[in-house]
Amino acid sequence: MSNSDTITESNQEIRQDNSLPAKLRRLMAMRETGLILIILALFVVMTFASPYFLTWTNMRAMGMAFAVEGIVVVGMCILLIAGGIDLSVGSVVTFAMVLAGWLFLQGVDPWTASVIAIIACAAVGMAMGFCVTKIGLHHFIVSLAFMVIFRGVCLLITQGRPLGLYTLPPEFKFIGQGSVGVIPIVIVIFVVIVVAFDFLVRRSTVFRKVFYTGSNEKAAAYSGIRTKKVIFLSTVLCSTLCGVAGVIYMARFASAPPYFGLGMELNVIAAAVIGGASLQGGSGTIFGAILGVVLLSVVTSSLALLDVSTYWQDIIRGSILLVAVIFDHYVNKKKALA
Amino acid sequence: MSNLALQISNISKAFGATQALKEVDFELRKGEIHALAGENGAGKSTLMNIIDGIHQPDSGDIYLKGQKVNIPSPAEAQKMGIGFVHQEIALCPDISVAENIFMAQTNTSKTFLMNYGALHRKALDVFAQLSPIDPAILVQDLSISNQQLVEIAKALTLDCSILILDEPTAALTEKEAKVLFRIMRDLADSGISIIYISHRMVEIFENCDRVTVFRDGHFVNTNNVTDITPDDVVNSMVGRVINNLYPAKQSLANKSEQIILEVQQLNERHRYKDISFKVTKGEILGFSGLIGAGRSEIAKGVCGLDGEDITGRVFLEGQEIPFKTYQDSINNGVVYLSEDRKGDGVFLDLSIASNISALAIKQVSHASGLINNRQELSQARSLADRLNLKRGHITHPVYSLSGGNQQKVALAKMLSVNPRVIFLDEPTRGVDVGAKSEIHKILRDLANEGVGIIVISSELPELIGLCDRVLVIREGVINGEVVGDEMTEETIMHLASIEKLKPTSAESKQRVAS
Repeated sequence: MSNSDTITESNQEIRQDNSLPAKLRRLMAMRETGLILIILALFVVMTFASPYFLTWTNMRAMGMAFAVEGIVVVGMCILLIAGGIDLSVGSVVTFAMVLAGWLFLQGVDPWTASVIAIIACAAVGMAMGFCVTKIGLHHFIVSLAFMVIFRGVCLLITQGRPLGLYTLPPEFKFIGQGSVGVIPIVIVIFVVIVVAFDFLVRRSTVFRKVFYTGSNEKAAAYSGIRTKKVIFLSTVLCSTLCGVAGVIYMARFASAPPYFGLGMELNVIAAAVIGGASLQGGSGTIFGAILGVVLLSVVTSSLALLDVSTYWQDIIRGSILLVAVIFDHYVNKKKALA
Repeated sequence: MSNLALQISNISKAFGATQALKEVDFELRKGEIHALAGENGAGKSTLMNIIDGIHQPDSGDIYLKGQKVNIPSPAEAQKMGIGFVHQEIALCPDISVAENIFMAQTNTSKTFLMNYGALHRKALDVFAQLSPIDPAILVQDLSISNQQLVEIAKALTLDCSILILDEPTAALTEKEAKVLFRIMRDLADSGISIIYISHRMVEIFENCDRVTVFRDGHFVNTNNVTDITPDDVVNSMVGRVINNLYPAKQSLANKSEQIILEVQQLNERHRYKDISFKVTKGEILGFSGLIGAGRSEIAKGVCGLDGEDITGRVFLEGQEIPFKTYQDSINNGVVYLSEDRKGDGVFLDLSIASNISALAIKQVSHASGLINNRQELSQARSLADRLNLKRGHITHPVYSLSGGNQQKVALAKMLSVNPRVIFLDEPTRGVDVGAKSEIHKILRDLANEGVGIIVISSELPELIGLCDRVLVIREGVINGEVVGDEMTEETIMHLASIEKLKPTSAESKQRVAS
């Protein structure tokens, strides 16, 4: 009798402690909270360190800098959750710019040209997805090949020279350069995409399947999930968002340089990983990844304002990534022991 | 005192808040095979890890041959003559068997160049007594059971006086296990002391000299196997009396003619042919056979999970169902519980709740395709309660649970779709005795509720104790069926390993001829 009593007792679910201190502790344990605190601390320090930091111009410049890259981060983060990776993002963003720009110069209406460029990027994603899911190659190698190929395609289209697109109609340039009130359109688009995807990734069944697949592809298949399709579509989504980002860049710079976005993949992957995405798949949030990209651009902007050499900037950004990864490693180790 | 190879005295070890070992004692005599039994989490592995120098005890003493020792690392343990064959296989898949076996020696070797010829010869010597495995073959090309043998061979070459084997037979066939036990006895006769960790009472009682039981981090007792019965050991392990390990079988009165699942003439390109069977209401059907006989493949074939060029027909309660994709199968309520829990059964880093909902995420979603969190959690809670899942919060990750409870999560996932037929592949592998009998009871209850239950198991006592009827599969063909009193280990093993002399029909005679 007493035995069965103890069994029922130990079987009681641990009630989640909902007192305020417990809630605060849980909030503090979240990756996002930590990142927000670090960013706020940087803001405070920089406000004292440089009179130019907390000015509208600087804030706006910083926002514009991470907004478009942030769209790519959204795609990368989802692909990382699915267990993939995409090194071709920089080349594909540039491909979208160059293709849309070239079509415009051939006399195509810029809106149509943009849609075609975005579709072309989706097709690039499909080609990569095909290599990964149908042929069975690794994402890393496939996207490395596509990164090189599409850099070449960009050079081919432009013949190695930036395309000047000063003649873009003002209503098109407005996407990249205009503002609603004081808020730049670029930031509005960015916020809409981020909020929408953050919500969907957290709550929708479609993206839950992405988590299942990335966490354990075999277990997902044994749950009736078509994992190949999930991986394929995640790859396509990432490239499509690169297309969107590319078109916005074109509108913003009214130009399409073939050497744009070199090293973007590393920055984007770093941002997602700093934000809590795992290269093993199965974990990550859009909000976290965006905080990662914000942190990196606040650091970049701060270092520039403090007149730190650009060489040092790379060293510091790389170190931030390393610290984030080491931190994750210890958190995971602690979890494994628990 | 001199015949003690190892003495553990008063050892305690805590991991954070968990007291893994509390003042335990353990004695190992020279040349004995000493079984260590206990449920998962009883502290067996912790003690072995302390003996192997992986963990350091918080307090207590270790004596090797009467000398007090301190074992700071596995490398030191090896020098002291302690060999440990872990349950998980830790071999390098891309290099040869011989190189794997002599990894430790290569590591400490003073010569600069590898002497592959010598490695090869030495490996052949080791395998001469063990099993005919080619030392030149790459480990990745070996079956799991042969990989396990390589692990054992590796420990044998270490020239140890104490050998720890952690559930070495989990992946072995009956025959290979027999060979292993013979080798163990030879080693013991030559003066090596063996600590043998196992859940299987039959193995313990047939092959070991003494058995020690641990429970909840405490030492319970040590006995000669000749002085006690398997029931005594099981009772000490769980700390309560389990009179009957298995739930009552289907009574004659309850026998029903109502067929839940019928499979007709299922064929796959290579792995099985002419598979026909029926599951009636209220019965538990068992699939037996040697590893590789095609048991799992048939189940996966019926569910549309795996297989090439499958032909045949599957009827669910008289209605023919397609088995093209697993999604079709789930929609029809036919599900498959995988044998490899960690590999493809659960999502270790996702929450209990999202594991349980994985099979039919739509059930806990709004029509818009958004997940209804509250519904997902309440579904998980009610299934977890039904299966008596010992857990923390329902949003905690699955890796926080013990093996038996992880298996219950996998089972809860199956139940979430209110299945009509469940194929369970090794449903209690690596699950402790308490949880095992709970799982058996759940399966019996489900069968009584009218769910078709098919259990695939390599453990004959489990099949015999649990199932009402067992189909024996041999090399992809159903080689026989046993019911009632015919269900003995002998008849099943016979059917599993020996081809039937008389083919049942002219048709199968033709097949043999062609």
